[in-house]
This record gives sequence, C-alpha cells and structure tokens, in this order.
Amino acid sequence: MISLLTSNFHSFLVAFGYTLLSSIIALIASTVLGTLFAILQIVPSKTANVIARAYIEVFRNIPLLIIVMFFYLVVTKIVKIGGFTAGTIGLTLYTSAFIAETVRAGINSVGIGQTEGARANGLSSWQTLRIIILPQAFKIAIPSLGNQFINLVKNSSILAFVAGGDLMYTANNVAATTFDSFNSYIIVGIFYLIITLPLNYYMKFLETKLKGMA
Amino acid sequence: MVENNQDNMIQFVDVEKYYGHFHALKNINLTIKRGETVVLIGPSGSGKSTLIRAINGLEPIQEGHLIVNGYDLHDPKTDINKIRKRVGMVFQHFNLYNNKSVIENVMLAPRIVSHIPEEENEKYALELLDRVGLKDKAGSMPSMLSGGQKQRVAIARSLAMKPSALLFDEPTSALDPEMIGDVLRIIQNIAKDSDMTSLIVTHEMNFAQNVANRVIFMADGEVLEDSKTSDFFKKPKSVRAQQFVDQVQNH
Repeated sequence: MISLLTSNFHSFLVAFGYTLLSSIIALIASTVLGTLFAILQIVPSKTANVIARAYIEVFRNIPLLIIVMFFYLVVTKIVKIGGFTAGTIGLTLYTSAFIAETVRAGINSVGIGQTEGARANGLSSWQTLRIIILPQAFKIAIPSLGNQFINLVKNSSILAFVAGGDLMYTANNVAATTFDSFNSYIIVGIFYLIITLPLNYYMKFLETKLKGMA
Repeated sequence: MVENNQDNMIQFVDVEKYYGHFHALKNINLTIKRGETVVLIGPSGSGKSTLIRAINGLEPIQEGHLIVNGYDLHDPKTDINKIRKRVGMVFQHFNLYNNKSVIENVMLAPRIVSHIPEEENEKYALELLDRVGLKDKAGSMPSMLSGGQKQRVAIARSLAMKPSALLFDEPTSALDPEMIGDVLRIIQNIAKDSDMTSLIVTHEMNFAQNVANRVIFMADGEVLEDSKTSDFFKKPKSVRAQQFVDQVQNH
C-alpha cells in the first residue's frame, strides 16, 4: 500500500486537491443557496413559496448521479463546462435542497415570540430574520448541517463519473493501471477521512461552543 | 373619514377582527388620549390580548379604522414600522432576543432602527438597565436570568426606543409570585410619567386600581365597560363585570 501511494503520490495529491476544492465550493454555495430557498419558503409570497418548494422537491428527489449527468451531458452543449464544474454544480444544487429543509426546520423551531419581540421593537422583517432568527436557526441546525456537509464530501466522489479528476476518479485510474484495486480504494478512503474527520470534529466543536454561549 | 385629533394616541373606530369564522373583536370604539394609563381586564378569551396586539399590527384587523399616533393601521399605505418605532410592547413571555446579551437586547433597535450613535446608545441602555435594577447583568445572556429579570430587561428594551406609548400584554402572568412586585413597581413608575401612554392587560386588580386612570372591561370580544378606575372598582355597571371582579378579588 505504501509503495502504491508513493509511486502515485502526485496523482493522489492532485486528486485530493480537486476533491477538497469541489467540496469547499459546494459546501459554501449550497449553504448560501439552501438558506436562500429556506427563506423563500417562509416569506409571505405564494409565488416564492411555490418556486422554493418546486426547487427543493426536484433536486431532493432525483438521484445525484442524474443531476450531475444532466450538467455534464446536456448543459455542456449550451455552455462549455468540464466534468469538474458540472459535477460541482450538480453536487451544490443537490445538497442545497437538503440544506434548505434543514435551515427551514431550524427557522421554524425558533419560536414566534422572537419574531414578535423583534417586530414590536421596530425591526423590519428582513432585519428580524437576519439578526434574530437566522443565527438561532443555524445554531439549532448545526448537528444536522454537519451531517449534510459530511455527506457532501462523500458525495463528491460522483465527480469520478464525469471525469472530474477527484479522488474516486484517480482511484479508478490507478486501480486500472496497477491492477491493485484493493489498495487504491483503501488509499482514497483514507484521503476522504482526512477531510471528513476534521470537518466532523469542527462541527461538534461549533455545536458545543454555541451551546456554551446559551 | 375619521378626524385626526392630536390629543388621541390610540383610536379604534368600528374595528372588527376575525380569526376565520371566529369574531374576536366586535365593533370596538375606543379612544385613548396621550398620557393616559388604561388597564384592560376581562376573562380569558375575551379579546384583550387581541386588542392590544392589534395596536402595533401584530394582529391585522378586518374592518374599521385603528389610528395610532396619527397613522391608520388599516390603511395599506401605512408603514407599520413607523408605528412600532413609537409604540413599545412588553409580552407575557418576554420575547427577549435569546442570541443577544442583555445590553445588546436593549441597544439593538435604537442602533439599527433609529440609528442612534453607539456611545449615546450604550449610555442610555445602561441608564435604563440601572432604572430596572439590572445594570450588573448587562453582559449576561437572557437564559441566565430569572423570569422577573427577563421582564425587566424587556421593559428596558421597549423604553430604549423612547416610545410615546407602551403596551403591556399580561406582563406578570408568567412570573413567580415573588417576582411580580418588582415588575409591577417598574411599570407603575413608567405609567406615572405624564408623557407616556400606557395600555396594560392584567389580572392584578390591586395593581390596576393603583395605576390606572381608566378601566376597560372586555368579554366575548366586546368592550362592555369603559369607566374611571374609582367608579369601576366601586361598582361595575354591567353584571358580567361585577361577577368578574368578585371572582378575581375573592379567590
């Protein structure tokens, strides 16, 4: 295993970089998008509610592979994008649907009293949401968001199907050229752990820290 | 059209409020002048809270005019935040911002709504916290406070906006008995201020007698009685109010 790692170290390292980059981009973008669609679900506008609902249901109920293939095979005919980009976009949209549900559940559990207190105090509905509701909603949602983020990193292995150059893709290549499938996949498994374990630890840390702040 | 009298802080004109088919407020006509202290009493479900919550737009009304500080709440053109800036509210369950410290609870709205300079804002917030006896808790989180302390912070938070009127929606109903006195004393001090219009929903009859100029008695969504405090407690006019006062005073 060590020799396989050292002889292909550069490939694995580059792949690790791609997986990490895709994960970071998708994590940030899906959190932003997910929060946006969570908000659109609760604003007093039927149109916005319906649009948000449709978005969430579509992306949550289609296999990730199909979403990614759609961007790789269909969208690429209109806008020229590579496998990495197509995969990352698909991963972002798919994850954002789950994050939207998580954040919405967080918002709903904050309690109407916080909104009434803020509105009666003179805050606009946007100020109320941004300063009072969302911070509390995220705090409630952190354990569940942690799960989504871990899933996101693991799901980034979908990039292998669209030549995304990620860890899984490289494992497939290395396995095919060296005929050492067993060790190839164990090595990338460890690389995934290098991302997910600290991420998991950080989310737990955040949870405890915010709980300490009451 | 309703004439706009500068002396009137709050005016209900033929106000109707429904929750679906339930008729929560029935033809309310009521005027509260600037500086008055009015206590609203009545059995639960009588519409007291609905009435007080309508005044700052937390409950929309379906018919009539509700003119607060010169703005008609039932006019879609009215900017509700303009009214809320001038009308504070104190809730039964406090509704402090759980994610903000005590002093941040007090300073937030003056900062982002009224754009008060930070130094002036902080000075006034500390002054208000001192007034409610909680200056030493300025840095605490709401979860560290007792119910009575939370309510006192909530009062300071409302006062920080320098309101013309304050609405108190059963401010002591959720408090332990030994906490009630402090909170009532603070409310009484605020209400004494001749510039402040106060509307208080309460079940504390002794407090009502001490603090109010006027008592409004409600039942089943209607105002049954609107009298001077001394007249009301001497002998309520309606049988319903007599029964209610007997019941709450002799328990």
